[in-house]
Amino acid sequence: MKATKSTYISRTVRELKPSGIRRFFDLAAGMEGVISLGVGEPDFVTPWHVREAAIRSIEEGYTSYTPNAGLLELREEITNYVKNRYHVEYSPSEVIVTVGASSAIDTAMRTIIDPGDEVIVVEPCFVSYSPTVTLAGGIPVPVQALKENDFKILPSQIEAAITHKTKAMIICFPNNPTGTLLNRTELEALAEIAKKYDLLVISDEIYAELTYDDSFTSMASLPSMRERTILVNGFSKAFAMTGWRLGYVCAPEEIASAMLKVHQYALMCASTNSQYAGLEALRNGQGEVEKMVKSYRLRRNFIVNSFNEMGLTCHMPGGAFYAFPSIESTGLSSQEFAERLLLEQSVAVVPGDVFGESGEGHIRCSYATSMEELKEAMKRIKRFIDSL
Amino acid sequence: MKLNEKELEILGVLEKDARIETADLAKMVGLSIEETESILKKLESDQVIVKYLTMIDWTKIDEHQGVRAMIDVKVTPKQGVGFDEIAEKIYRYDEVQSVYLMSGTYDLSVIVEGNTLNEVANFVSQKLSTLESVVSTTTHFILKKYKHDGIILEQEKKDKRIVVS
Ligand SMILES: Cc1ncc(COP(=O)(O)O)c(C=O)c1O
Repeated sequence: MKATKSTYISRTVRELKPSGIRRFFDLAAGMEGVISLGVGEPDFVTPWHVREAAIRSIEEGYTSYTPNAGLLELREEITNYVKNRYHVEYSPSEVIVTVGASSAIDTAMRTIIDPGDEVIVVEPCFVSYSPTVTLAGGIPVPVQALKENDFKILPSQIEAAITHKTKAMIICFPNNPTGTLLNRTELEALAEIAKKYDLLVISDEIYAELTYDDSFTSMASLPSMRERTILVNGFSKAFAMTGWRLGYVCAPEEIASAMLKVHQYALMCASTNSQYAGLEALRNGQGEVEKMVKSYRLRRNFIVNSFNEMGLTCHMPGGAFYAFPSIESTGLSSQEFAERLLLEQSVAVVPGDVFGESGEGHIRCSYATSMEELKEAMKRIKRFIDSL
Repeated sequence: MKLNEKELEILGVLEKDARIETADLAKMVGLSIEETESILKKLESDQVIVKYLTMIDWTKIDEHQGVRAMIDVKVTPKQGVGFDEIAEKIYRYDEVQSVYLMSGTYDLSVIVEGNTLNEVANFVSQKLSTLESVVSTTTHFILKKYKHDGIILEQEKKDKRIVVS
């Protein structure tokens, strides 16, 4: 893409870095026979009964707007679900149904940030956090979770980044791209910092359902954290519903109603038919979620054990569907590794540095891919390493 | 018999892919190859794993002959042995592929395979119906297989996702 000088484009947007994922997408999209471990979404199709619920809503003519915050029925179901699964109680007026977790994150930033406010972004992380802070007029302050700590952020690291302008921190566990899950104690230590410095926590819990060894703890469920947590979640990963663009955010009344102002002017409401699908997913979808988790667990074990066997050190990720092996032993940068692997062996992975500085030296490999493809991909990666 | 989590996982994998290599299976469940092999041996000798089969779509093969029928069989159960004796009599015929004891309006569901419709019809009229305790039979010929044991036969394999996201 040519760097535009056009004065039509705001300086903020001109200076925004294009997503590093995008570059690899463009590179891989033109190639034949590529096995992609670069996909950040489930390989399952949305369960049939969920698809059917959306079809039924269309047949019955539910084609108009819903309330800005989303169908009351759905918000009620979300409060039940969040209470049963994550042990936090909200009222339906504290829930907004959003256009994916993506819009929940963006709306949160625009709701809480005044010009110059700082938001601590725990990296490596999903690529949207810092840009949404910037677009809201804030200043993202990246803090690096380190590989020697299995990509668990330490409270002392966050504390060291706090200034009088710090408004919030955004965290995501289980994490994209590292798969790291924090246990309750580790989460509590972060909560203590938030309380000590009166910070908000935007907790992206989109992978909450996809944990494989230890159970998930929601930030909002910790003592006195509900009042300062913006809980972001959605249907994309747990229910294999990425294309439906459906997520939700739960926050204390005052924050939720402020967010609703932003949401209503920017988005009006989430897709009506997707909301009916979401309702069905929450009511009757848990069995399928469990089946998918079982299947991801086997594939996780396979890919992580394969990486370690071929000499790429890989910690066992507690959740999400990504393995994040170190490629430092090859002497290549993560960009070089990913680009050469794609060109020489037709396997697409995402270089770790696009998720933050400390992701350098790693590649993100999604195991939401069939076993046949994973087996072939592991063969090709081994061949690539042996050729170096 | 009570199985542990790893053993159940192994069965789950094999049920979907009997040809998986032991080394790959071991990685999936997080055991060594030796441990995995010894679990397989145990499950085989206990006949939990009964057989490793291949699902074949013979209809794709030119000139392949073969028809299948599902037959609902009503029988008079016998004092002392219930349905077992007649079930055994039925499953000894090579033509019979499956025999299930059913709840509902009939007793045994029998799946029979033959080269032609006539062959199956003859089997039903001359062998099955003439068995002493068989009261009645209703034969349903299978016209087309869409899904078998959880597998959709004409499944579109295309990955609809974008390559990197
Ligand atoms: C950590 C994280 N948050 C949010 C999203 C966006 O999810 P949604 O489809 O709900 O917008 C993703 C998608 O990859 C993600 O990995």
